[in-house]
Amino acid sequence: MLEARELVAYRGDRPVAHAARIDLAAAEHLSLPGPNGAGKSSLVLGLATLVRTAGELRYRGARVDDAEAYRRRIAVVFQRPLLLDRSVRENAALGLALRGMARHDRDARAEQELARLGVGHLADRPALGLSGGEAQRVSIARALAIDPEILFLDEPFSALDAPTRETLIADLARLLRDRGVTTVMVTHDRDEALSLADRIGVVMNGELRQLDTAEAVFGMPADPEVAAFVGVENVIPARVERATDELTMLRIADQHVEITEPPPPGDDFPLLCVRPDDVVIAREAASTSARNSFNARIMRIEPIGRRTRLVLDCGFPLIAHVTRQSARDMALASGDQVVASFKATVPHLLPRIRH
Amino acid sequence: MDLIVQGVAGAIAKLAALDQDVIDAAIASLVVSGAATAIAVVTGVPLGALIGLTRFRGRRLLLSLVNTGMGLPPVVVGLFVVVFLWRSGGLGDLNWYCTRQGMVIAQYLLAAPSVVGLTAIALQSVDPLLRTQLLSLGASRWQAAWLLVRESRLLVLGAVIAGFGAVISEVGASQMVGCNVKGDTRILTTAITLETSKGEFGSAFALAFILLGLIFGLTAITTYAQQRPRPA
Repeated sequence: MLEARELVAYRGDRPVAHAARIDLAAAEHLSLPGPNGAGKSSLVLGLATLVRTAGELRYRGARVDDAEAYRRRIAVVFQRPLLLDRSVRENAALGLALRGMARHDRDARAEQELARLGVGHLADRPALGLSGGEAQRVSIARALAIDPEILFLDEPFSALDAPTRETLIADLARLLRDRGVTTVMVTHDRDEALSLADRIGVVMNGELRQLDTAEAVFGMPADPEVAAFVGVENVIPARVERATDELTMLRIADQHVEITEPPPPGDDFPLLCVRPDDVVIAREAASTSARNSFNARIMRIEPIGRRTRLVLDCGFPLIAHVTRQSARDMALASGDQVVASFKATVPHLLPRIRH
Repeated sequence: MDLIVQGVAGAIAKLAALDQDVIDAAIASLVVSGAATAIAVVTGVPLGALIGLTRFRGRRLLLSLVNTGMGLPPVVVGLFVVVFLWRSGGLGDLNWYCTRQGMVIAQYLLAAPSVVGLTAIALQSVDPLLRTQLLSLGASRWQAAWLLVRESRLLVLGAVIAGFGAVISEVGASQMVGCNVKGDTRILTTAITLETSKGEFGSAFALAFILLGLIFGLTAITTYAQQRPRPA
């Protein structure tokens, strides 16, 4: 439905975001997560032709030359609701009014969308008096009222409190699924990115670094920065000792590590990526299928949400996540000696130097 | 003190008697200043919107000129307009010297900078992302500009009030361009000047009361329009 090739988005005369390639299928939900200031909003504004761009943008196979006509087929919801000083109904009907729809018809459509978003009862209220959550629902209703073929969402939940955000995400996910609207959503929140996405495109330092399924991005991040962003906390410099058809033998400090992934071509000093969730902790060494086990000392224990984060010293630093219950059951404490292990099939290798 | 008491008493008598000269001057003031302000709004709001919403080469210079225009001395404006309307001047063929049309030109030149400048400031203060939002909803550039002007209507209305205020109380340019012709180009301010110079304080006070009443009345109407709660 939407294709971008070597798309560069500008703010003023300054190029601020670049995507080598984006292919968006009909009814697909793409999330663009990335840290603050990474250029993801600029990239979305570029895809929506709301900032100056270079490169190629094609919509339904045809080059986008008439930006205004293209914009009449899309809608954008921003972080702030950006409502006008009018009634809620008039705001929700604004896109339809701009398309010349008769008042009676557009009011009826607007009321329908407001009701779907759970704010139908506010139709007669002045829009500027709404709470943040209500206003954002009106903003989404305004976007959906024009029945867009592509909906761009630029961090639409980030200004909301957690309970409001959660219910709005759930409602929006249901609406988008039901209507089959193609969606591109910018977020700096990994969990939010996953909640609405078929595919994920990680944007960092003004560049779309990796666009793939969530499994691929989280399991095989394209580079160390993407790895860090998607929560692969263990990105460890390693040296390739030997590679066979079945295994790659690595050396990290004075430890040997075996993994099934082949080394990056021509790179004997790759980075080993291990997700903290994939590290298993035991009090004593046990006979398991995990090929990598290390005696480790717990340097630090930190509760993070419903988990406990262990910072280990195995001769090299290693992060592990365990449940709070496991940490309690095993009576883990700083300074304790434990055994940390992970399977050879788990790690991912990144080239040290980006090719 | 006696002069004031006598003047006020004379003013009340003239107002009660619906003095024709006073009424003529009031009507002339409203017509001339109203027309000048209307033309200033029609031309100044779009220009102010252009300056406030877009970036183009020479924009800052234009804004500086507009801001300078807000402080133009009326007699200087009057001088230039008279020179242009003089029989041998660039617009001499129009024969607008000593006419209401000529006064409208002079007052327009005084009102327009306020309307343009304050409209530009009003639109510059609108959230830039709101324009992007409107474009994303399918608005053309013109539609977006119009919606933004409507959205900043309180400040734009303030610009209109400032423009009207600049000309309804102005005397120098109107006197020079309009020649203060009784029953035609004599407006409230020029009439007050004349009556005061003659020592006719009763007439001067009557005219002054009407001028103050007009300014208050029109400003009150626009302020009411500015401040009224939006209907749902």
